[in-house]
Amino acid sequence: MAGPAANSPAWIGLSKVVIQRIGSAVLTLLLVSVVIFVAASLLPGDAAQEVLGQSATPQQVAALRHEMGLDQPAVTRYFDWLVAMLGGDPGRSYIADMAVGELIGERLRNTLTLAGVTALVSVALALSIGLASAINHGGKLDRALNIVTLSLVALPEFLIATVFVLVFSVKLVWLPSIAMVSAEATWGEMLRSCALPVACLAFVVTAQMARLTRAAVVDQLDQPYVEMARLKGVPLRRIILFHVMPNAAGPVLNAMALSLSYLMGGALIIETIFSFPGLASLMVNAVTSRDMPLLQSCAMIFCAAYLTLLLIADIVAILANPRLRS
Amino acid sequence: MLALGGCGDGSGRSTPAMRGSIRVATQLSSTSDTLDPAKGASATDYTRHFMLYNGLTTIEDESLVAKPSLAQSIESDDRRNWYFTLRRGVRFHDGSEFTSRDVVFSLLRHKDPVTGSKIASIAEQFEEVAADGKYGVRLRLTGPNADLLMVLAQSHCLIVKAGQDRPDGTGTGAFRLTEFKPGVRTVAERNTEYWIEGRPRLERVEVIGIPDEVSRVNALLSGDVQIINAISPHSTRRIEADPGLAILASPSALYTNLIMRQDQLPTRNLHFVQAVRHLLDRPLINRAIFRNLSIIANDQPIAPFQKYFNAEIPQRAYDLDRARWHVRQGGLQGVRLPIYATEAANGSVDMASILQEFGSKAGLNFAVNRVPADGYWSTHWMRHPMTFGNTNPRPTADLIFSLFFDSGAEWNESGWKNERFDRLLVEARGTADEALRTEIYGEMQQLVHDHCGMAIPVFISLIDSYDKRLKGIRPIPLGGLMGYRFAEHVWWED
Repeated sequence: MAGPAANSPAWIGLSKVVIQRIGSAVLTLLLVSVVIFVAASLLPGDAAQEVLGQSATPQQVAALRHEMGLDQPAVTRYFDWLVAMLGGDPGRSYIADMAVGELIGERLRNTLTLAGVTALVSVALALSIGLASAINHGGKLDRALNIVTLSLVALPEFLIATVFVLVFSVKLVWLPSIAMVSAEATWGEMLRSCALPVACLAFVVTAQMARLTRAAVVDQLDQPYVEMARLKGVPLRRIILFHVMPNAAGPVLNAMALSLSYLMGGALIIETIFSFPGLASLMVNAVTSRDMPLLQSCAMIFCAAYLTLLLIADIVAILANPRLRS
Repeated sequence: MLALGGCGDGSGRSTPAMRGSIRVATQLSSTSDTLDPAKGASATDYTRHFMLYNGLTTIEDESLVAKPSLAQSIESDDRRNWYFTLRRGVRFHDGSEFTSRDVVFSLLRHKDPVTGSKIASIAEQFEEVAADGKYGVRLRLTGPNADLLMVLAQSHCLIVKAGQDRPDGTGTGAFRLTEFKPGVRTVAERNTEYWIEGRPRLERVEVIGIPDEVSRVNALLSGDVQIINAISPHSTRRIEADPGLAILASPSALYTNLIMRQDQLPTRNLHFVQAVRHLLDRPLINRAIFRNLSIIANDQPIAPFQKYFNAEIPQRAYDLDRARWHVRQGGLQGVRLPIYATEAANGSVDMASILQEFGSKAGLNFAVNRVPADGYWSTHWMRHPMTFGNTNPRPTADLIFSLFFDSGAEWNESGWKNERFDRLLVEARGTADEALRTEIYGEMQQLVHDHCGMAIPVFISLIDSYDKRLKGIRPIPLGGLMGYRFAEHVWWED
């Protein structure tokens, strides 16, 4: 939240936006939880059948259903979950027989680390590529960068990842082919084992962000105010930093928020190839084993992360742009 | 980006893993990973359980004979009443002594539906299990079962500590559990007080899951893991190209079978079934699909390395003239029929294509209907005249015949009915005389071979691969990774 509202009307406007957005975010989360619950209930089979498998006897299924509480009506189960969740308890996993919080905890940390490192690398790269491209637009550098970023956008992650593993792990034996992060690992080990997944994700995400940055900045560079500033003899660096960037911030930040939220939940392919214990594979696991409490918690985390990132992008865009601020 | 990866030198095969510390990658690991042997459902689970626990009996070599393990001696006169004398002085990882209480508890919990045991239906045979003093256990079955000791050697029957409704890894096994995270990893360290002298010879074993086959092979090639299971026959080339790696092909009674329903036309026509069976070029299937690592089968479910295998039945082979003759005799010229194949039944799509090719030479027009793996078993399997099945090995001949060939069985895949077969099945269960049992099971194989609407072209071997510095690995036809029991037996040599 935006903190105590100052007297300035800009702050009041901003905090109003933030409060509105938080309100709608809560509503969205609620709706998402209903949709996920209903959709998962429509899948054939339940957690008890999944656990027991082919050899299950009817008595076993009944006993396990009772233990998991699956013999309760769906509506009761949903509201029990909702009440517990509002009280801060995400419940117990049906399958792993552990608290959902415990299961998610480590995975969430892994995912956040992966997403965080990737974000640092890719935002820096994307901004430099995008700006370099935009400043030289039409030039040789721009065309070269365009070709590179366009081909990267077109390349599927699994291809990049597979090629990286073949080159850096199998042939050169520089980097591990699996990213087994363990709790005791030092930062150095952690970075080393995450190097390939980070590189692959950064390739995909950077290209998209760079393309959008370039488009937004080029768009601004064509505006009359830039021409005016140039005619007045303002140095290019100053024009970009103080005039163009604040105006381009909105679309650029939005693109970044979308790309970064993808890092939270969309890294499934990378998690699979590198056997990375992250949240996306945990959620897929929860779906296939019909593990409702786990599935719901994962969905809530992804949804909340997505909404938060968009909110932050909007706030920063408003703060950066004098016209939006007032 | 690459600068990030530049730090640190390779941990690849040039600089080997910590002495006696290995990492194993299996094909499945999820939140359903369990420490409870009764619930074990995957190679990962079996591997973990065999490290932590022991059974009353154990199977340790190619002979596939169940030998006493936690039981010191086993007696039975009628194969119904059994008496186990337990080994003394065996301790659990927490220091407590192993006694008859633990055995009674471990066996009886399979009968409690809440346990969710995978062998609940088998455990219904345990009529009474009672302790006789601290080191004796009496077990009475509902009827005679000559295969009991085989069943007790399975991972599901491993002994847990009395009172643990949710076993936490405290067993009597060769390794102690140090870390267990479902879906992520299991770490176990050598049990220095293991009751078998000189075992285990590894210091530490870490089991992880890498579900993607290509990634699993890559992890082995890059030296990140030292042993992997379930590789596809087509990956063997990549492994063979590396002189430091070896392939472990374990014979298995796993098969993908072509089912011809006996309650639908034209598959009900025995001429049709015979024509199809003579159209299958088994050596070609083995070579093209399984890179010659599998074993040619003879349209019956008992594999050559298994007990009671009938070697007298002549091997059925590709014979175009005979197939044509059957097609003519059955009036089947020009029959058009779809074959349902799927990735879920391993190798079936390729088998169907091969059959389609040869079928056209004999005047049968097959179409290959490739359907998705998801939902295959509930929507297609056994529901069309020609579908594929995929059957995992079962520990005994009785189980495989009762589950898949008995006229009344739910999974009587071809829907055949053979009264003589059903009678023999019941007769074998109560027969103590091994020679007679061999004879009965031999005749049952002949009946399936002659009359059942089914073609079983090959028994599919399980292919694992490992770093050659791991010594003592050999195939045991109970499953991959030496019947999932490798950790206790192997050692590391630089």
